[in-house]
Amino acid sequence: MTLANEQNGSVVGPDERLKKVSTLTAILRRPELGAVAGLVLVTIFFFVTANPAMFTLAGVMNFMAPAAQLGILAIGAALLMIGGEFDLSIGSMVAFAGLVFGTALVVWQGPLSVAILVAIAFAVFIGITNAQLTMRTGLPSFIVTLAFLFILRGLTLVGLKWASGGATQLRGMKGAVAGSPLAPLFSGDAFPGLFTWLAEAGIIDTFPNGTPRVPGIPVEILWFVAIALLATWILLRTRFGNWIFASGGDPRAARKSGVPVARVKTTLFVVTALCATLVAILTVLDAGSTDARRGFQKEFEAIIAAVIGGCLLTGGYGSAIGAFFGSIVFGMVLIGLTYTSIDQDWYLVFLGGMLLTAVVFNNVIRKRVTGER
Amino acid sequence: MSTSQTPLVEVRNLVKHFGSVIALNGVSMSVNRNEVLCLLGDNGAGKSTLINTLAGVHKPTSGDFLVEGQPRLFSGPRDALDAGIATVYQDLAMIPLMSVTRNFFMGREPVIGFGPFKRMNMDEADNVTRDEMHKIGIDVRDPQQAVGTLSGGERQCVAIARAVYFGAKVLILDEPTSALGVAQTSMVLKYINQVRAKGLGVIFITHNVRHAYAVGNRFTVLNRGKTLGTYAKNEIGIDELQNLMAGGKELQSLSEELGGTI
Repeated sequence: MTLANEQNGSVVGPDERLKKVSTLTAILRRPELGAVAGLVLVTIFFFVTANPAMFTLAGVMNFMAPAAQLGILAIGAALLMIGGEFDLSIGSMVAFAGLVFGTALVVWQGPLSVAILVAIAFAVFIGITNAQLTMRTGLPSFIVTLAFLFILRGLTLVGLKWASGGATQLRGMKGAVAGSPLAPLFSGDAFPGLFTWLAEAGIIDTFPNGTPRVPGIPVEILWFVAIALLATWILLRTRFGNWIFASGGDPRAARKSGVPVARVKTTLFVVTALCATLVAILTVLDAGSTDARRGFQKEFEAIIAAVIGGCLLTGGYGSAIGAFFGSIVFGMVLIGLTYTSIDQDWYLVFLGGMLLTAVVFNNVIRKRVTGER
Repeated sequence: MSTSQTPLVEVRNLVKHFGSVIALNGVSMSVNRNEVLCLLGDNGAGKSTLINTLAGVHKPTSGDFLVEGQPRLFSGPRDALDAGIATVYQDLAMIPLMSVTRNFFMGREPVIGFGPFKRMNMDEADNVTRDEMHKIGIDVRDPQQAVGTLSGGERQCVAIARAVYFGAKVLILDEPTSALGVAQTSMVLKYINQVRAKGLGVIFITHNVRHAYAVGNRFTVLNRGKTLGTYAKNEIGIDELQNLMAGGKELQSLSEELGGTI
């Protein structure tokens, strides 16, 4: 047993070949670093180039609203990506959920609560279908959900024509929910009293007649923030969060350690479908109508926001709060360009450029985290 | 190593067929508390089938399988784990991108709080991980660092420590040293010895006789699905063991051809 009793100098005591972990490295290890850096850069850019109106309260609400709509999708997409799967059907799911919700509300004349429950039921069903097809066939979720991107978009078109009697738009939601106690949760602005008081106190800008320029916080922003906080908490501080990382990192190893991988992934597919449904309900109630092009290409934007937020395409790594910041970057650029003299169509160029930068950056970070050489 | 105690795990005349393939054709072995049993055999000897059977992955076609003297038939790996038989496979079931703590507690996370506020007890998990690593002699400065930053030997030790921490009585190690360098190997062997001294039974699968001889108390040699024999350390020398494992003659002549370096 001489070998076993030998002292092994390299494992006892601090290893002289390892540098001390500096605070900087600790920060670099955070997956959301890229998104925060991107947000800082974009903010500086618009501070310099944009009309100062962009950073007034009204301007901030202006870019936070689209950021919130994208962000709710992106956080769902991020959780699913960390869990090792993709969902390309979320954009179409927004349209489909809008159809289901709108039909329940306008065609079947159901109350808001019932319409929401019907929409949720459909979302759960489609989430489970996506998950089961992916896991039973062993095909990449990329291809399975790509099929559903078309299937759901097509069903929405067919369904809209059936529900509206030939048009691809369904109207009349605003009237249908008027007076419903649930409506303020999903539409309009929150805290109007607070904002009126702030306006009277002269803290925020008012119109000449004394009403505040910003009547409240649009509810989707509150949903967005709440979901980001909840998702981050689940990911970092709960057992299920650990299972998400494990399922995405290495499903075989996770299964051997007793993690119910199939259940975790099914839950995540359902969560993304539910996020899409929430966006559908928020936007449909906001516009008072739904149409077939709702959520068009949102699946890509959501995945890009998640990637900017630090999610690896291979799964097992990423953050929900990163997707939150990533979505704000998007909202800022989309709306911010209107405050500048720059042609708005640069938005698409930016989209692609940001994705490339983020992926390259994430690769570097991953190597740093895992110590790969 | 008294012979009077009941072995933790014992198999007698174990037979396993896969269709027309006879993978195990009468294997007998046992492991006691405080003992490292080395399972030696060349490729195709049936080592993997044997450990998978012990770990509850396969059901034996026939033969006796006793756990602490009681006949048992495992319905799956979970069942074996509940009986205290933990297997550390070659791929370790570790996720490089996840932190040491998250890997250590994967699937068995400690939770506090109740209802919707039930959460993972990260502080406790970090402390346990740091302590357990410290006991092995691995200095994890930060239990939140990714497993990918650990060396191969350290990862192996973390995997073993995890099994021990979660109450394994018998530890099956599937070629833990096969991909490691010299220093890393001695680290793992040292730890195996430490685990044995705690009172666990260790089944150490390897085809490296030197590694086996360094920590083993008894040696069971497999060849073509059968046990060639079990020897205590004082009954057999390292060269004899080597020859037995390789099926004798052929390797000896090859070894002479190469100038005795195998």
